[in-house]
Order: sequence, then C-alpha cells, then structure tokens
Amino acid sequence: MIYVSLFTMFFRIGLFGFGGGLAMLPLIFQSVQAFGIMSAEEFSNLVALSQVTPGPMAVNAATYVGFNFAGLFGALVATLGVCLPSFILMMIAFRFIERFRESNGIQGAFAGIRPVTVGLIGAAVIFVSETVLINGPLISEKLFTSGLGYFNLMPLVIFAVTVLLVGVFKMRPIRVMIIMGVAGALLCG
Amino acid sequence: MEEQRMEKKEKQKRVSNKKMDRMRLYGSLYWEFFKIGLFTIGGGMAMIPQLQQIFVKDKGWLTEEDMVDCIAVSQALPGVIAINSATYIGLRRKGVLGAVAATLGVVTPSFVIIVLAVSFLGFIGENSYIQGAFTGIKAAVCGLILVTVVRLGKQILKSAFQWILAILSLVAIGVFGVTVIWVIIAGAVLGILYHAITLKRKASGHSADREGVEK
Repeated sequence: MIYVSLFTMFFRIGLFGFGGGLAMLPLIFQSVQAFGIMSAEEFSNLVALSQVTPGPMAVNAATYVGFNFAGLFGALVATLGVCLPSFILMMIAFRFIERFRESNGIQGAFAGIRPVTVGLIGAAVIFVSETVLINGPLISEKLFTSGLGYFNLMPLVIFAVTVLLVGVFKMRPIRVMIIMGVAGALLCG
Repeated sequence: MEEQRMEKKEKQKRVSNKKMDRMRLYGSLYWEFFKIGLFTIGGGMAMIPQLQQIFVKDKGWLTEEDMVDCIAVSQALPGVIAINSATYIGLRRKGVLGAVAATLGVVTPSFVIIVLAVSFLGFIGENSYIQGAFTGIKAAVCGLILVTVVRLGKQILKSAFQWILAILSLVAIGVFGVTVIWVIIAGAVLGILYHAITLKRKASGHSADREGVEK
C-alpha cells in the first residue's frame, strides 16, 4: 500500500525532524532514497520548487513527493503524515506547560528561555541576510576586502526601506511584503 | 412574505450567538493562518513578524511573552515549526478544534500551490520575475524580523541576566552555528538556577514575615 508507506515515511520525518526548514532536508532526502522512489536529480527539483514556493518546507516536500507518486490522495496522506507528529507533540507539551505554569520549575525555565529566544530571533536576521543581503557568510574575508560588493545592493535597499516603513511608519508586515515582492520582481528579476 | 420573514428571524435567534461566535473564531483562526502560510517565504522565522502583528497587536489574543513562549516551544519540539506554532496558538485560543483550524490554515496554501505548480507550471522556478519577487520578499522579511526582535527585546530584556542570555544565544546560534535545541535547553537550565537563587534570596531576606512561602 503506497498510501500507508507514504504516511509512515512522512510521519517519521515529522517526528524526527529537528530545526525545521532546510535542517530537515537531509532527513527527507535519506527517507526518499530508502523508499526508492526518487532520484537525486528529482530531489533537487523538489528543493528548487520549495525555495520558490511559500510555506513550510517539510509540507512542500510531503505534498510534492505524495503528489508525484500517488496523486492528490497521496499528497494528502503524506502531508497529513508530516503534520501529525508536530500536532500531537505540541498538544502534549502545551498540556504539560499549562498544568505546571505556576510551578517554580516552569517559571524559571521560561525566565531563561524567553531571553534566549530573543537572541534566537536575532540570529534569524543573520541567517536570512546571508541568503539574500550578503554574498555568502556574514563573517568572511569579503567583509574586509570587497567593500560594498559584500552586499547585494537592491535587496539591501529593500531591507533598509522595510525597516523604515515598519519600524518608523508602522506599516503592516503583509502590506510591506506585497510591495517588496513587486519591487523585487521589477528590480531584482 | 411576512410569515416567512418572521420564521427566518426566529431561526436566526435559535442559532445561539455562542455557536456563531465559535464558528467565526475557527474561521478567523483558519484565515489568519492561511495568510501566514501564504507569506511564509524564507523559512519559519518569516512567520514571527506576522504572528506578532496579527495575534498580539490586532487581536490581542496573546501577550508578547505568550508569543515568545510559543516560538521557543515550537523551536524546541521536533517537527514543522509553522505547524507547531499554529497548533500552540490554536490551542491557546480555542482548544483542540482551534488547533486543527489553525494548522489546516497554515498548510492549505503550501499544499494547493505545490499541487498546482507540479500539475501546470513545472517552469515556475526559472521565471526571473518570480525569483525577483522572492528575493524582494526575503529582503523585506529580513527587515521585518529585525524590527520585531528590537520590539521584543525592549519588552522582554529588562535585567542584566536577560541581556547576557540573549546576547550569548545570538552569538552561539548566529555566529557559531550551535543547534537551537541545545541553546534553548541551556537557557531553561540557567533560568531555573537563577530563579531558584533569587527565590532563596528573597526567602532569606523576608523570612521573618513570610513563613510558609516555601512548599
């Protein structure tokens, strides 16, 4: 039964995939290989498609693999499989946190986790900038040698204008993203 | 005509307001997460500015702390971060069905777009306008996350302890590439220790008038 195999395969990916997004790719690749339904070249198509379509990468991958190998119902089964572990684990974690919310242990843990998460979101600025604002990693010799060539100019302008629009003029995120999508199509295409 | 209208009114009354409100709430959870799924471009972190705008500012369903907790738990658990946070917010707002509505919402755009892309336009990745649009959106997302982290920092980082943790975590993850889960675990352990120490200090400081605080 291809549907059952698809479901269990993506359930396992959802269960063991830490870190989300690109961090899950190797796991997805290995599973698909073991399943023997996809060549490396097809897999690279999947990666390219996930990069230029919105939404969580694991969901994109599940839908893609499921649809290619077992049609619409296959896509549904694979997507359900990849989502279910997240859903179940989060329900358990949520119940646990709610029950012990007032305890010193949970209070203390979150007193430490909250600042760490602020730092983590700060690190996300670095990661995203490395994929779009900068040609390569944040810290490299380019930083000292190539001057403005260190940056991708148009994306840098879009970045700066976004900070101004949202930070100072309080424009809504979704509106800014739509405007910058159009600007990017015209200027970066 | 008149009778029909009366009948209609009665019917509307019978559908209790509560039920309507609940349906509306599920609907709005679905729709808000649908939009978020549609604009999650450039990784799960792209969701955060939208989560903050919609659920903290517009609707007031979550506090800033709630949202940060949601992000922390979503990162610490395995699985798809977008699904984790949709489930968390859905649960917080409206229980299990709320979580289902939110999760379906965040998945639908991906699902539909991939199915359409595979069926009709295998060339989508090669279109330079689409690639340009995605570059523009990713650059904007970078700025959005920066603004968000500044706002969150102002709200959450108040003591030296908190500032140090935040900076250490930024450097560990952003520069040295330490795995997120370890940093979160370390934060939790340090937080528990710090909390225990401050509690002890408080307890010994006010032990005369605060007996029985310790369980």
